[in-house]
Amino acid sequence: MSAVIENHHDDHHHGPAKGLTRWLYTTNHKDIGTLYLWFSFAMFLIGGAMAMVIRAELFQPGMQIVEPEFYNQMITLHGLIMIFGGVMPAFVGLANWLVPMMIGAPDMALPRMNNLSFWILPFAFFILLSSLFMEGGAPNFGWTFYAPLSTTYAPPSVTFFIFSVHIMGASSIMGAINVVVTIMNMRAPGVGLMKMPLFVWSWLITAYLLIAVMPVLAGAVTMMLMDIHFGTSFFNAAGGGDPVLFQHIFWFFGHPEVYIMILPAFGIVSHIIETFSRKQLFGYSSMVWAMLSIAILSFVVWAHHMFTVGLPLAAELFFMWATMLIAVPTGVKVFNWIATMFRGSITFETPMLFACAFVVLFTFGGFSGLMLAITPADFQYHDTYFVVAHFHYVLVPGAIFSIMAAVYYWIPKWCGNMYDERLGKLHFWLSFIGVNVTFFPQHFIGLAGMPRRYPDYALQFADWNMVSTVGAFLFGVSQLLFLFIVVKTVMGGKKATDQVWEGATGLEWTVASPAPYHTFTTPPKID
Amino acid sequence: MNPDAKKTLRKLLIAVPLMFAFGFALVPLYDVFCEVTGINGKVFQSDYEDELLTDDGRPLAIQFISTNNENMPWVFEPSEKVMKISTGEYYTATFYVKNTTNKKMVAQAVPSVAPSNAAAHLKKLECFCFEQQELMPGEEALLPVKLLVSNELPKNIKNIIMSYTIFDITDYNDEPMAGHEMNMEH
Repeated sequence: MSAVIENHHDDHHHGPAKGLTRWLYTTNHKDIGTLYLWFSFAMFLIGGAMAMVIRAELFQPGMQIVEPEFYNQMITLHGLIMIFGGVMPAFVGLANWLVPMMIGAPDMALPRMNNLSFWILPFAFFILLSSLFMEGGAPNFGWTFYAPLSTTYAPPSVTFFIFSVHIMGASSIMGAINVVVTIMNMRAPGVGLMKMPLFVWSWLITAYLLIAVMPVLAGAVTMMLMDIHFGTSFFNAAGGGDPVLFQHIFWFFGHPEVYIMILPAFGIVSHIIETFSRKQLFGYSSMVWAMLSIAILSFVVWAHHMFTVGLPLAAELFFMWATMLIAVPTGVKVFNWIATMFRGSITFETPMLFACAFVVLFTFGGFSGLMLAITPADFQYHDTYFVVAHFHYVLVPGAIFSIMAAVYYWIPKWCGNMYDERLGKLHFWLSFIGVNVTFFPQHFIGLAGMPRRYPDYALQFADWNMVSTVGAFLFGVSQLLFLFIVVKTVMGGKKATDQVWEGATGLEWTVASPAPYHTFTTPPKID
Repeated sequence: MNPDAKKTLRKLLIAVPLMFAFGFALVPLYDVFCEVTGINGKVFQSDYEDELLTDDGRPLAIQFISTNNENMPWVFEPSEKVMKISTGEYYTATFYVKNTTNKKMVAQAVPSVAPSNAAAHLKKLECFCFEQQELMPGEEALLPVKLLVSNELPKNIKNIIMSYTIFDITDYNDEPMAGHEMNMEH
């Protein structure tokens, strides 16, 4: 028995295994973080390619490139892949890499479950993408898959879609459980809850949201499955069901999901602004309370997505006010970031550029969100390009910019090399210009009445659509530059110091660069 | 794994199926909520009540709308499109249906009332929508709905729309599985 323990102990000090099996069998949080990040990058490019198909078709009015049926499949898959394959796994990857290092833990609490939660993901997306080649085509009902469009009128591949959503959900739930157990039980002595880095806090809250709502999503798709195959009538009015019920259940998941995709970004941006302002973050505890209140409020605002289904006046008022209430904690965060920068000695390296753009453009998206929250106005905006502009502003220069900022900020720690600052800045400016040229005009065409999810549009929307498409291709191409920069940094470059950034504080900057395969096997001492 | 971590893990593992079940619990909760508040425009069968009757009712127009769901081939229309009534009196309206096919079919009508806050004041003593309709090939029928609008109806409502959608539930009735096969073909 003791020999076994000895052996086990020895293994700990070995480096990673060689070859492909290292990645298949790994239980190391850094390896799994890397896998998640590369996977999400691949999905980002696939989902991005689909966005290019969409924008190319919308370059001019009339049908040019694809069939309307295929266009519908593209918008559906673009949404699903970017949300479940791009943003969410990227944040889980960052959590894997950073949470243990930030709290002084040797690894995640449940390393084998960690491996499982990653390795089921590629299968989920293989199933989803394979539906493109099935008879009847891929899912074509939009990423929100409203019944009965996704039940009675769905292509046969909807069953594969349901199965893949189940797998994605299982993966997310396992990832979230892992994060909670790690944070609650593996903090080094001295890392109290209110001393945790904000990224850790943001992920703790996100993980609870995931555990609360991903099972509800699983329930929604299970009900669809039963309606389609087992003759139940959850959403089928003929059998006494109600299609509006679907929307209630979906958005009960869907709105917290929105915050799942933005809370970790809040954490990342807080760290970066703090570092490059060379000041301590302003209002740490108010940041924590703001995130907690946003998370709690996220459960009571879902019906603002469905103002037009015929809610009673009292409900419309309630959901309008509750939604607007979220602007308060969000405003607290934005002002805290600005106060952190105030009188700091700021430098604008690439991560800081992305973080600053995040603060400005995310706030923009927040403002258009407030406009949408006004119930009577929403009757005009509902399902127009104004909504598309709004959620792309919070997701692209919001969530995705924060992920890019995080990659530039922590990649020297991950691989020991500095990225090329000139190329990084070029990538930032191309992305920044691209994203605004793409999505800003969509506000105008949305307010003018262009509906979303159509492959064609009336002539008066032609000019802004053309501008939007040009911007989209600029943004799309500049992500290939991002890929190049990341690969170049992994292959080599100027060696990074352990602290990497002059103003960086936090446990992850105390270990060597690149971070050794095992860190904090004995807990660090914290004063 | 230390015992504390095991405890956290156990709690979270219980939370997951509970939230899954909560998703399903939303189905009856939604129905109960709609029934209590009457906001879904659904009207349930009520008993005859003397105290609802009144001689000094207000004039009111009731419009009837009929819709055929999907490929439902029956003829389905209200005998009168608009009925002038006054509150606090019982009236009977009829809908004409005809099975235009050459097979026996079963139908179910699903009602809805607009504006939704009128639903609570609309009392249906009987309605064809409370039961299924079975018609032989070519058979026709007049389907009655006996209703009363209570005098408590908010004063600003001068016009109530009663809408019925008729569904073909033949396959659901005989062999539920056949219904799904048909749905899959779409």
